[in-house]
This record gives sequence, C-alpha cells and structure tokens, in this order.
Amino acid sequence: MATGDVKLIGAGASPYVNRVQIALNIKSVNYEFLEEKLGSKSELLLKSNPIHKKIPVLIHDDKPICESLVIVQYIDDVWTSGPSILPSDPYDRAIARFWAAYVDDKWFPLMKELWMAEGEEARAATIEKIVEGLVVLEEAFVKCSKGKAFFGGDSIGFLDIAFGSFLRWLNMTEKMGEMQLLSEAKTPNLVEWAERFCCDDAVKDVLPKTEKLIEIFKIMQARAKAPPSN
Amino acid sequence: MADEVKLFGVWASPYSRRVEVALKLKGVKYEFIEEDLSNKSDLLLKYNPVHKKIPVLLHNGKPIVESLVILEYIDETWKGNPILPHDPYQKAVARFWAKFLDEKCFPALRKAFSSKEDEQEKAIEEASELLKILENELNGKKFFGGDKIGLVDIVANFIGFWLGVIQEAKGEELLLTHKKFPILCKWIDEYVNCSVIKENLPCQR
Repeated sequence: MATGDVKLIGAGASPYVNRVQIALNIKSVNYEFLEEKLGSKSELLLKSNPIHKKIPVLIHDDKPICESLVIVQYIDDVWTSGPSILPSDPYDRAIARFWAAYVDDKWFPLMKELWMAEGEEARAATIEKIVEGLVVLEEAFVKCSKGKAFFGGDSIGFLDIAFGSFLRWLNMTEKMGEMQLLSEAKTPNLVEWAERFCCDDAVKDVLPKTEKLIEIFKIMQARAKAPPSN
Repeated sequence: MADEVKLFGVWASPYSRRVEVALKLKGVKYEFIEEDLSNKSDLLLKYNPVHKKIPVLLHNGKPIVESLVILEYIDETWKGNPILPHDPYQKAVARFWAKFLDEKCFPALRKAFSSKEDEQEKAIEEASELLKILENELNGKKFFGGDKIGLVDIVANFIGFWLGVIQEAKGEELLLTHKKFPILCKWIDEYVNCSVIKENLPCQR
C-alpha cells in the first residue's frame, strides 16, 4: 500500500491515537501521521470527524474512520495478511471486546476522576477503586492469556492494545502522585505484562515517554482542563 | 450437538430487546429468562459478576455480556441474515453509529425526558441536535442498514419504539415531531412494521 493511501490524524500523546499506531505497526502498514496541535483542531480533522471533532481519525483511500477501537477493528478487517489483532473464535472475540469496553467505560474514567479529585479523602477513595479495577483486569489477564505473554496469547492483541495504550498515563499518575497503582503485590502478572507490552516492537516507539506526559499534564492542570479524551 | 441458547433479560429493557431481535432475525431458538432487577438471580450474578446487569446471553454454558458485544457475537456465530455489512468500511461506519447511539443519543434522550422544567428546554435542544444528525445519516435509506435492518437499526430501538411510547405517556410531542424529523419518523414506521420487530415489541401500557 502506498504511504499516501493511509493517513492518521492524531497527537503522539493521546492513548487513543497510540492504539491506532500500534495496530498499524502490527500490520506493517505505512502511513502519514498528521499531528494535531494541542488546543486547536485542523480543518481536515473537523471535516473528517464532524460529529465528534476528535482524534484519532484514520483516512484510508480518502475515507475517514473514527473512534479508536472501531479503527483498530477496521485495520484488522482490512489488512488480513498481517498477524491478527482480534482472536478468530467468536467467543474469545466477545471476551476481548468486553474487557476493552470495561477499560474504556469503567476503568479509565476513574483515572480522570483521580486527576480532578480534590481533597485527600476523595483521592484515596478513587485510588482504591482504580486498584480494584486493576485487580479485576489482573484476573482477566490470567484467564485470557492462558499462561501466555499477552491478553491476546503469544502476540499482542485487541485487549493488549486497548489497555496497554494507557500504561504511560498510569505511570505518569503514579509519579505525580508519588504512589503505586500497578503493584507487584496485587497485580504481579500485569506488572510483567506491562513491561513486555512496552518493549514490543509494535509499541516501543509509539508510547510517549512518561516525562513528556508529566509536562503535558502540568500544562493541562494549569489550564484547569482534563487531559485529551477520545 | 444442538445449541443451547439462553437469554437473561427484562421485557421492558431496550438492551434486552436488541438481543432478542438479533436472535429472531437469525432464527435462533432460545430460552428467555426474565430477571427481577430488584432481586437479581444467583445465575445472573454468576454470569455477569463485573457489571451484574442484563442482558446476558448464555451459549452452550458460556456467558456473553454487554448488548453491543452480544450483537457482534450473534452475528459472528450464526451466519444467516447478517446484521453487520461484509465490507470493512461499511462495518466500521455501522460500529461508529452504534457507539454514537449508545454513548451520546440515549443519554441525551433520557435526560430530555427526565429533566426538571428549567433544564428541560436545554436538554431537549441538545437531544434534537443529535436526532438531526441521525436524520441526516438516514437520508435516502429505508433503514440505517440499507434495504434491510442492520446493527444500527437494532441498536436504535430506543428511538424506534420507546421514544414514541414515552412521548405518548407524557401526552405531548416534546421532541420527535413529524415536522422536525420527517425522515426519522418514516424510519420508525418502517421499523415498527418490520415483522421481526413487530413480534418483539412489549405491549404499550
């Protein structure tokens, strides 16, 4: 596929954009990355995603696809010669989709809640919920991985991408708050998985460095806005 | 070995109904187990420990939860009368609209009908804008899925049926008027008259 056929509108710090980048890397797809500047939206973005006006947007042969997990599934459906992102069995696919929805709808909102939390009591309560959520995901990992390296088995799959894209934001939160969320004590498998995920060839050049996210977070805090959401 | 399919649901829930429509479209025989949400069964809590919600599809003993996940599972397991398009781009478009309906439209519609008087006007305006987007998306098509009902039509069941019921119960056309949304109203007529849907509508109270 020529580079000109695939464009990705996004920002390197966005976990939702990272998901798409990882998926494209898994399939060895060449693409043009159109970086959006923080705080402003390009004409192309507004034209390609008029409803949500958000990144990421994949433009393939001039057709826009929006919503990160919709895009990841699209990439899996189109580039079939590369490794599969979703499992082939319908039940396993349902499990992967279920947990990805859990990460997006239940777990990550807790992180945003923590960033906005005021007062020690509120923070502590949210931290407890986040850790509980991670313990649930730890159990999910054990079931899904069946002893293998990733949620997806031997190689990175849909759920690895969905959850792994948040790892540096998790790390940033731990550093800023001087606390541990993902711990050896409560989530040993996830700790090891996180290491493997971040080192994977498809991932290592995609996820932003924690230091960069700390910088961005401080800017956002100063602007009293929550970090970018999908 | 014959498939054993059970559905834990609630007759009045649009999320539960979606799954029934999909199963009926595919001609899948299933046992419906009505849940009392004020007194959830042990089985429900066992099969959906994370969310403790309906619907739960049980296929040969294996539970699948979350209505959108269930719909895709049904489509991938029983191949007749596909709910999702075959083309990857059209599939992505369908998934996008399903998400839009669940994440933006339904919360806005619920808010419009449950808001207090001083907030209601704003809530109705916001909901109207979203309905307008749907109206534009439908333009020229019989169903969101084209000539036949597809994923988006099934997911839009809240608009297809419940919205009309709620408006009637409130005694006025607050939001969905033929004048403002002629195409969406036409879609509702087609939707309600579609035989699979017809069998599946809860009785109006």
